[in-house]
Amino acid sequence: MMQDAMVDEWYPVGLFSQLDVNGRKTALMGEPIEVALDAEDRAKVTCGDGRTLPVCVRYGHVWSSLGKPQKDLFAIPEADQPGRRLVDVGVIRVRCSPLRAVENFLDIAHFPFVHTDILGAEPHTEVEDYKVEIRQQEDEVWATQVKFYQPKAAKSASGGITTEYMYRVPAPTCSVLYKTCPPRPCEWDVITLFVQPLAEDLCDVWPWMALFDDVTPMTDLIHFQQTIFLQDRSILENQIPRLLPLDPGMEIPTRADLTSVAYRRWLKRHNYTYGAQLVAQ
Amino acid sequence: MKLYDYVLSPSCYKVRLMAALAGVKLEIRPVDFHPGAEHRGTELLALNPAGSIPILEEGDLILTESAAMLAYLAAKAAPEWLGSGAPEEAARIQQWLSFAHRLTASLGGARLHEMLLRPGDIGALQAQGIAALRELEAGLVEQGLRGMRFLASDQPTVADIACFPYVALAPDGGIPLDPYPAIRLWSRAIRGLDNFIEMPGIHRLHELRPEPHVEPGEV
Repeated sequence: MMQDAMVDEWYPVGLFSQLDVNGRKTALMGEPIEVALDAEDRAKVTCGDGRTLPVCVRYGHVWSSLGKPQKDLFAIPEADQPGRRLVDVGVIRVRCSPLRAVENFLDIAHFPFVHTDILGAEPHTEVEDYKVEIRQQEDEVWATQVKFYQPKAAKSASGGITTEYMYRVPAPTCSVLYKTCPPRPCEWDVITLFVQPLAEDLCDVWPWMALFDDVTPMTDLIHFQQTIFLQDRSILENQIPRLLPLDPGMEIPTRADLTSVAYRRWLKRHNYTYGAQLVAQ
Repeated sequence: MKLYDYVLSPSCYKVRLMAALAGVKLEIRPVDFHPGAEHRGTELLALNPAGSIPILEEGDLILTESAAMLAYLAAKAAPEWLGSGAPEEAARIQQWLSFAHRLTASLGGARLHEMLLRPGDIGALQAQGIAALRELEAGLVEQGLRGMRFLASDQPTVADIACFPYVALAPDGGIPLDPYPAIRLWSRAIRGLDNFIEMPGIHRLHELRPEPHVEPGEV
């Protein structure tokens, strides 16, 4: 049995809206699992060894764990705010470390090159200084005061704006992004990346959003986010080494990578090492 | 002209790309293919009993085969994309248009399996995909020997647009394009066309910037 502390964390294992009694076969950290609806329409997750695993249903998804979660799934208070559209973007499989998928989500510097004319554009490539901290009480990584020029920041954006972001890592394979909301400047749009670790170098990614946007059809919201994530996918599948290095080695971080540095430090502190490379090569 | 479209579908992208190259404006009707499976719903099945997208609609004309859509767009706005009409060229265009179905079944099937978790025998899909890529590579090499850069002629035709998307997206299905230099040159030639548009996984040519100017005697 693995010794990794990640075994006791919650992971997304399916969209609740797509569950049925026939069940869906998938995997969690190398173990085959099955996710199904029981006779009372509740989600049930069964491990390949016959164990019934812990379950909760939140943010459109079914969550489970191979171990014994010590606390409830992290809170996203905005998810319960009236007036938000909740968007199930659907699963996308990526042949990469689940930790690499999260790290890429935290990176801003790649926007002009990978999400050209959507989330960034040359020559606006500079990442201004921002603040990063590991919040002790919440035990989460936070990046705040992140600003970036974006030609088309959201489906609801009509032209280029300087977008402000906050990033949050509340669990080893989950990140929550708060982003300027074009129709409601006093609120934040919430965009999440929930990652299901299938193996150390294979994951199913379940993006999910809670937006203020009364105009854009749901399908357009889904397509916008799938477009962004599919642009990332081909980059993620080509990163070397496949596992996320936690020791400084061949990679040289810059100031723009402060969030990634804090994320790696936080993973290491907690012994969250499933999908990580521990010794520099 | 209304296109029932999914942003991640290579077949839908063929039609968007052809329209962009021909200068035709499309009305896009997004279809929730994944995760919603809207293409299997009653509204779209009534238009296309095969349950596939893209669907192109203009007046009474409803097209459900992407090759027919390419031919229609070209005939309407850019007839040079249908070729010169020379017998051998016309035959090659038809040959590659039909061949494109094999790319959809093999490379497209592998991509759906690896990316959106659709069922399938991934080993067989990849093997068939590689066989098709080798055939395409050989075809392009032979065209090169004839002094032609594209599949049927020295100018791009609908045949190139029919084959390009699934080939360019082969790595999404776990099939690298590194072993195929002629395919990579051809892909570059297509991506360098005026009014080319991209889709997720098919990038524009970032490197198409002015060459650095070096004065004689400077180096």
